[in-house]
Amino acid sequence: MEALIAKLKNEIIDVLNLTEMTPESIDENEPLFVEGLGLDSIDALELIVLLERNYGLKLVTAEEGKTVLKSVKTMAEYIRKNNKG
Amino acid sequence: MEEKYFISDYCMIRNNRIILNGEVLYTGNESLQGELLTAAYRHFNISYAKFFKMDNLCKLGFLASELLLRGKNMNETGPGDEVGILLSNAGSSIDTDRNHQKSISNRNEYFPSPSVFVYTLANIVIGEICIRHKLYGESLFLIEKEFNAGRLYEQVKQWLDEEIVRSCITGWVEMNGNHYDSVMYFIQKSTDLQDGIAIFDPEKLTDIYLQRN
Repeated sequence: MEALIAKLKNEIIDVLNLTEMTPESIDENEPLFVEGLGLDSIDALELIVLLERNYGLKLVTAEEGKTVLKSVKTMAEYIRKNNKG
Repeated sequence: MEEKYFISDYCMIRNNRIILNGEVLYTGNESLQGELLTAAYRHFNISYAKFFKMDNLCKLGFLASELLLRGKNMNETGPGDEVGILLSNAGSSIDTDRNHQKSISNRNEYFPSPSVFVYTLANIVIGEICIRHKLYGESLFLIEKEFNAGRLYEQVKQWLDEEIVRSCITGWVEMNGNHYDSVMYFIQKSTDLQDGIAIFDPEKLTDIYLQRN
């Protein structure tokens, strides 16, 4: 799980161009939106694309998105549970 | 006393240099424009995390406007809803259009990036500048074959004449592959020439644009 969280942090920094951040500076329990990393709606779409491209996982409903994209940890848990690769 | 229109400041970003009112503020040796713009951003100690998410056209326009407006008292130039912005270029958002096209060219690897796609409109650069400086005035982005001082002059003059704006950012912001070029002017009303570096007219806009210092 720790390795997946570390990998995910690097991928998030890369796709969202968070060039001022390091994986260590991201708390996996912190909210991704509004507080925490302060991401916006375009970032949310980018994270949805990341899950599909890198893990073959498709978020279907808005409700699912809200739960999965809560934090790095919830994303990692979702990947671990659903990724068949 | 009668108010006249003045070019109060101009900022150029071209040939690896950033020039404000004729003074070279930054000379870079980066080979890629993206790296040059990021190096300049750090050089001027600008703090705006969203800069890193912008495409190169927006970074170019953002940086020019940042220096153009630095130290300006926006209470004197007019509140945000009285500052207009009129920009132009030849290539529209072609640089980002190409990036987006790459991401959708392979049917088996079809993953268009939302954060790239949002920049496939040239007028987004105006939006970024307006968000940063809380400008709510009239705005327009024109696609021209080449720098057209007459057109910029006529439009800005109309906004000022009709008191739609009290001041205006105008100019040229081009980003196309390895070619980038930005000349941005700040135009304002005043009774005193000392408030500006030149009277606002098409000839002076052209003179400044053609400077190759």
